[in-house]
Amino acid sequence: MDIDAQTGKAKASPLKISLYTLLALAVIITPLVFEGYGWLFVPHIMALIGLYVMLALGLNIVVGFAGLLDLGYIAFYAIGAYSGVVVGAWALTHAPKLGPWIYFLMIPVAAATAALTGIVLGIPVLRLRGDYLAIVTLGFGEIVRIIITNDAFGLTNGAAGLPRAGQFIPSPFGLDWLQSHVWFPISALGRNFTLQIDNNVYWYYIIVLLCLLTIFVVRRLDQSRLGRSWAALREDEVAAASVGVSVMQTKLWAFSLGALWGGIAGLTFANFQQFVSPESFTFMESVFVVCTIVIGGMGSISGAIVGAVIIQGIPQMIQGLAAAGKLQGVGIDPATATVIANYRFLVFGLFMVIMMAWRPQGLLPSKRRAAELKPESPEIADVESEQLYDAQHDAAHPGVDE
Amino acid sequence: MQLATIILAQLINGITLGGMYALIALGYTLVYGILLMINFAHSELFMSGAFVGLGVMTLLTSSTVASRVPALAPAQHFFAGSTFGIVCMLLIAFFVSMVVVGFEGVITERFAYRPLRHAPRLAPLISSVGVSLFLQNAVLLWISAGQVPFPNPLGQSTLFSIGGVDVSLLKVVIVVTAVVLLIALDTFISRSRLGKSMRATSQDREAAGLMGIDVNMSITAAFFIGPALGAVAGMFSGMYYGSVVYNMGFLPGIKAFTAAVLGGIGNLRGAMLGGFVLGIAEALASGFISTGYKDVIAFAILILVLIFRPGGLLGESVVEKV
Repeated sequence: MDIDAQTGKAKASPLKISLYTLLALAVIITPLVFEGYGWLFVPHIMALIGLYVMLALGLNIVVGFAGLLDLGYIAFYAIGAYSGVVVGAWALTHAPKLGPWIYFLMIPVAAATAALTGIVLGIPVLRLRGDYLAIVTLGFGEIVRIIITNDAFGLTNGAAGLPRAGQFIPSPFGLDWLQSHVWFPISALGRNFTLQIDNNVYWYYIIVLLCLLTIFVVRRLDQSRLGRSWAALREDEVAAASVGVSVMQTKLWAFSLGALWGGIAGLTFANFQQFVSPESFTFMESVFVVCTIVIGGMGSISGAIVGAVIIQGIPQMIQGLAAAGKLQGVGIDPATATVIANYRFLVFGLFMVIMMAWRPQGLLPSKRRAAELKPESPEIADVESEQLYDAQHDAAHPGVDE
Repeated sequence: MQLATIILAQLINGITLGGMYALIALGYTLVYGILLMINFAHSELFMSGAFVGLGVMTLLTSSTVASRVPALAPAQHFFAGSTFGIVCMLLIAFFVSMVVVGFEGVITERFAYRPLRHAPRLAPLISSVGVSLFLQNAVLLWISAGQVPFPNPLGQSTLFSIGGVDVSLLKVVIVVTAVVLLIALDTFISRSRLGKSMRATSQDREAAGLMGIDVNMSITAAFFIGPALGAVAGMFSGMYYGSVVYNMGFLPGIKAFTAAVLGGIGNLRGAMLGGFVLGIAEALASGFISTGYKDVIAFAILILVLIFRPGGLLGESVVEKV
């Protein structure tokens, strides 16, 4: 890698720049192309992938950076979604004049509720270690889902979900206007298309923006003092505490920041789907988010993105293609397409097993984690045996200095 | 109904449920004790136990099978003809189910977990989620996507009545079988040679290996015994609720894991105790608070126990490693 002499930062090679530009263009243009072509499920799936990227990056703070296994992360997603939607519905009836501004009330409420829940849960449970923490968070996730299903305090409308009949989830600016005013007739490949900004495309772009914000914040966090404390805790809690890292406070930061991101993603999910129900927040969802970061590579941002594409994108895409009957174009008849769609999770399960056996550290592991000290790692064993050799050597030849 | 009667009825339900939880919990605790991993696929092994048992019972009793394979007809006549026949049929079904699911567990370990012995801690967890997805979808695609009725050859007969509460034969059989199996396992682990080597492996795998213990054999044994007990619980669950479905393992699975943690994970007697405590607590909660919240109660107990007694009820306090 080239290093810039003045700034000391790595210079980006032209190849890298052009690759990133291509990637950015693909991210921006692909959904529009498919939307125009009539494959409406493609922008929908891309938005779902984006949501998973946000979730995975949020959980990455907890699992990847701080090394705390959270198996109930989806609870914060649910709490964000429900608190935002409940407040939005309340504001719509009590202060309808706020209009699109209501959305900007919902976002902080969702984020704050999720983060506060994270703190309230974290204070008692973060004393637990490893798998015990995993089980308690698993229990917490299930408790949240069951409370929502049972329509606690009459707020959540039980299994039927929100919004209630006659209500809707307030959107930010522009969606209605864009939907009714912006459309382009396009002629290409001998066909006429109408390109319209619909709900899917609109939220896709908001989700992309939120992902970029998440990536920025997560990167800064990783390189911050807090991020270094997390790495220290993850590697050796006792040693970190002995050099002045406040264990509880540092863990709480990780937990609540992760929860905050889950909350924002949850509200975005509710807005995107225009509907929330407890079904979306099952334990399997929590597990899939963990799988996303493990398959991508723990603690790694690009890993989270790749993981989201694999975990969310591939199964959804297969189902989307089969459901829309698009596989006929490549010579697969509808019956076979249904079979392929039905087998996706079976194959996916096998893939997870093979993937872990082949590359347990994930596809794109973080460099910092790879450099982590582990007593079993060969380098340390080598160093130790060398020191042992030196010590024996010195003992055998006192006073001899090479 | 009087309060005392309700409490008694729920206690009996709870002990029955607890017997099943304890049987499943042992599988989690055996594996965790040795490999320090949460075997998420265990709940699917429990489920496949029910399906294998169902298959064997269908083979031995169904008239459609007999019409296709006439050779089976006399055997079926025997199995349906008398109480002794029914008992034999059940024993065969349980035995086959235990052996098949036990080997399923061993195969899972061999191909999904053994390559990951030295991988990061989360890798086997993800692998077990993969196995779990695979098994669930295999049953969904190849057997049935919906509820499958499960026969109860023991019938709904009441064995005895205490305090105005009828206790069915099935409940008694479930509890007695669970207790007998638990005692047998406990004796096996504490007395037998293989049990001893399993305990040594769970204490220190490396040292056990150096002492000449076949570590892989111990691990394989844990992965055979745990799922085999889970299969028994799966069959009881089918008989108790009257139907089985591909995703039936999930909830009992996490509850049994809860039970294992409740009792102190890695501790066999703890898992048994945890299973019964959880079953009784859940039954009482659904009788007195609300059926909708019974799962919340199970998890709330878990969280409280872990916060105030992190090692579980019977767990030893874990010494921090420096």
